[in-house]
Amino acid sequence: MTNQPPAIQTFQMPHMPRIPVRTIVSIAAIILLIILTWTSYYTVQAESEAVVLRFGKFLKTVEPGLHFKLPLGIDEVTVLPTRRQLKLEFGFFTPGYTNTDQPAKDVAEERSMVTGDLNAALVEWVVQYRIDDPKQYLFDVRNPAQTLRDLSEAAMREVIGDRTVDEVITIGRQDIEVSALARMQELAKRYALGVRVDQVQLKNVNPPAEVQASFNEVNKAQQDRENAINIANGDYNEAVPRARGQADQAIRGAEGYRFKRVNEAEGDVASFNAVLAQYVNAPEITRTRLYLETMGDVLPAAGEKIIIDDTMRNLLPILPLNKGLEKK
Amino acid sequence: MNARGCLILVSIVLAFVVLRIFFGCFFAVYQTEQVIITQFGKPVGEPITDSGLHFKLPIIQEINRIDKRFLEWDGLPVAIPTRDKTYIHVDTFARWRISDAKTFFVRLRDERSAQSRLEDILGSETRNAVAKHDLIEIVRTDKDRKPLRDENLKNVPTGLGTIGVLPPIQYGRLKIEDEIKSKAAGKLAEFGIDLLDVRLKRVNYNPDVLDRIYQRMISERQQIAQRFRSEGEGEAARIAGQKERDLNEIQSTAYRQVQQIRGEADGKATEIYAHAYTQNPQAAEFYNFLKSMDTYRKVLTKDSTLVFSTDSDLFGLLKRASAKPQALPPAH
Repeated sequence: MTNQPPAIQTFQMPHMPRIPVRTIVSIAAIILLIILTWTSYYTVQAESEAVVLRFGKFLKTVEPGLHFKLPLGIDEVTVLPTRRQLKLEFGFFTPGYTNTDQPAKDVAEERSMVTGDLNAALVEWVVQYRIDDPKQYLFDVRNPAQTLRDLSEAAMREVIGDRTVDEVITIGRQDIEVSALARMQELAKRYALGVRVDQVQLKNVNPPAEVQASFNEVNKAQQDRENAINIANGDYNEAVPRARGQADQAIRGAEGYRFKRVNEAEGDVASFNAVLAQYVNAPEITRTRLYLETMGDVLPAAGEKIIIDDTMRNLLPILPLNKGLEKK
Repeated sequence: MNARGCLILVSIVLAFVVLRIFFGCFFAVYQTEQVIITQFGKPVGEPITDSGLHFKLPIIQEINRIDKRFLEWDGLPVAIPTRDKTYIHVDTFARWRISDAKTFFVRLRDERSAQSRLEDILGSETRNAVAKHDLIEIVRTDKDRKPLRDENLKNVPTGLGTIGVLPPIQYGRLKIEDEIKSKAAGKLAEFGIDLLDVRLKRVNYNPDVLDRIYQRMISERQQIAQRFRSEGEGEAARIAGQKERDLNEIQSTAYRQVQQIRGEADGKATEIYAHAYTQNPQAAEFYNFLKSMDTYRKVLTKDSTLVFSTDSDLFGLLKRASAKPQALPPAH
């Protein structure tokens, strides 16, 4: 410390006078010029528009490209991504967002809702929007994105509050999206947010975890019902078509019998008629012939033949009837 | 320090003071704000609402910037019992604006005190309104809305329980929000505050009652599940009955047709035979004879014992060769 000051003096003294005042002024002027130039232009990206304020007063909105402004804080430029689709997530969040308004602030609170039949439901949804009036967006409402979040929650609960839990969870999803979108657009307009709400999409919509099992139970019961009906239909299908076929079979069989009977009858009759025609010519001799022919055929086949004289009487007691009966 | 150095120092200080006064005369009013000029703490003139560069007296006049945008108020969630004694958590938000900057400035001075005043007024109006209505009035909005019915549940009787039914309401959420707003708006107007809107952001069951709510939801679902199972069994029984019915119908119809056809066939055959055999007396007699012969063939087998008299037609010649064969009798 004690010997330093002289060292500086001996170091500075020879140099200082060598730089002329002019040089210092011109260097300062150049630096100032560079700063002024540096702060008097800006670029607006293709997806954005810029709003220019002069002394805090709205001057103009400018399109994408390279632009100039007055430096030293006289002109202020705010760039807004008016052509980009922005989104807000409710009841959940996707990591890696760039828009700080996008993720849910309080996941559990945001998604729990009361339905119109006083059941509880967990609803997650997404709102897609675009800044369509930069002037309104910047100057008419403070925190427009947070305002949009608040009104989206209010609108979604209005819509859910008018629907049954079955509508919310299964059948009414489309209807809820449409109604909530209309309601949000109406409120965004009323609040002069300068944004256009383009879409509302429901994500996961579930009953609370505690009652999830009973909702699954209903699904299972529905499957059981279909199953019981299918099994019964299976039994029916197994028996009835076969019975139809068997019935047809019996009817066809009967029809066959009819053909057979009629044809046989006609055949028999044709044969009888043919023989009859000849019989008529010689009835006596034909009868005798047929009689004798028959006897000739029959008698050899018969077991015992007993021929007795017509004058014998009371023969019966001595006939060996027992023998004949024993044979049988 | 020499005289020249002193002069330079004084002139630098003077230049600073002059610049300070010069710049102190100008101020920018932003697009989003209005400015009230105060002189020794007392407002002077009307608030400046035009944005841009403005002029004031340096040093003695001060500027107070007051927002002119719509501002947010996000209430703290409060636990309130409804008229039907259900404890719920209600989270409210409002949009408001400083419409009379001078009154606002005089009475509240800054936004922080405005927020606490809003909390007081809106909080108590919300409690009043909620406590005056049943829960369903706060949940529902449109009293004319008819819910969509699940096709699968359309058989579940609507008179029982609350399944698929929206309980009727008289006022609805929007009316209650309007009620809060109109009551609060009058009180806030005194502070130069214009209330644009009050909304119930979240309405949730108190965690203490959730268990009972869940229990009811579970029993409702179980009722539906039982309905489905019973429907399935009922339908299966109906199909089984239909099967019995169809089988009997098919089989008996077939039996009837078979019998009819066979009867027809037998009838037709009988007719054909009868017609042929009765065409004249000779035909009948011949048929009788032929049939007798056929019958002999069938009846007489190797087990038969035949007893013939020599008086019979066949063996008549055995006794007397000259005997004349009698006319053959029809066989017995």
